Amino acid sequence: MAQPIMMRAKLDNGIADVKILIHHPMDTGLMKDPATHQLIPAHFINLVTASLNGKPVMQAQWGIGISKNPYLELKLTGAKAGDTISVSAVDNLGTQFAGQTTLS
Amino acid sequence: MRQDRRAFLTQGSRLALLGGMIATGFLNIGRALAADWNSAAFTAKNMADAMAKSGYAGAAHSNDILLKVPDIAENGAVVPVEVTSHIPGTTSIAIFSQDNPNPLVAEFQFLPGAMPFVSTRIKMAKTSQVQVAVKAGGKVYINAKSVKVTAGGCGG
Repeated sequence: MAQPIMMRAKLDNGIADVKILIHHPMDTGLMKDPATHQLIPAHFINLVTASLNGKPVMQAQWGIGISKNPYLELKLTGAKAGDTISVSAVDNLGTQFAGQTTLS
Repeated sequence: MRQDRRAFLTQGSRLALLGGMIATGFLNIGRALAADWNSAAFTAKNMADAMAKSGYAGAAHSNDILLKVPDIAENGAVVPVEVTSHIPGTTSIAIFSQDNPNPLVAEFQFLPGAMPFVSTRIKMAKTSQVQVAVKAGGKVYINAKSVKVTAGGCGG
């Protein structure tokens, strides 16, 4: 079961402004746990895909430099009310994330 | 003839099963996609290497890449970055934080239906330049802006 992605989309003159928020630690693998003095293993989202009505419109690759609880905003053209925007992501440990919203 | 029919039926049901497995997420599509992650570029330790491995080496400066970053970031762990490319035919945007342990932060590929725009938040180890490179029409372009970081965001 994929973890949820928070999404909000607003339609303005045929352009959909999509705001995406994913709850994720985005651990770099370079930070030490202050309690144990051991490195916290890298744990970060590395692939993100956004789709409009099931057709991919944006594909991203991320490294460790994206902030914790990643925020992403996109603008999609040719969108209309009733269209479905979905986002899926996967991290370096294989955990999957998915979210979906319908334009109104 | 009868034998062929049997083989055809078995194959068909196998395909249907495979489709079902993909649909239910039983086969980990994420793992298959992970092969697309450019590990060499994302683990490169300096700017030149990161640019070369992600295919942005030799990018020409362009003011048509609009870059919105704060002049001063109090917290290097969360630096807002907004990029709009006005270069016709932009297919991808890559964000680099020059002095990070791994300078390449992210690469966004835009397919028909998405505008060459992205807004996100990145980590910056220290005061340095945010460099944004764009691929358009088989050529590469770059623009940069410096951000003063008062508290670094990469730890270590």
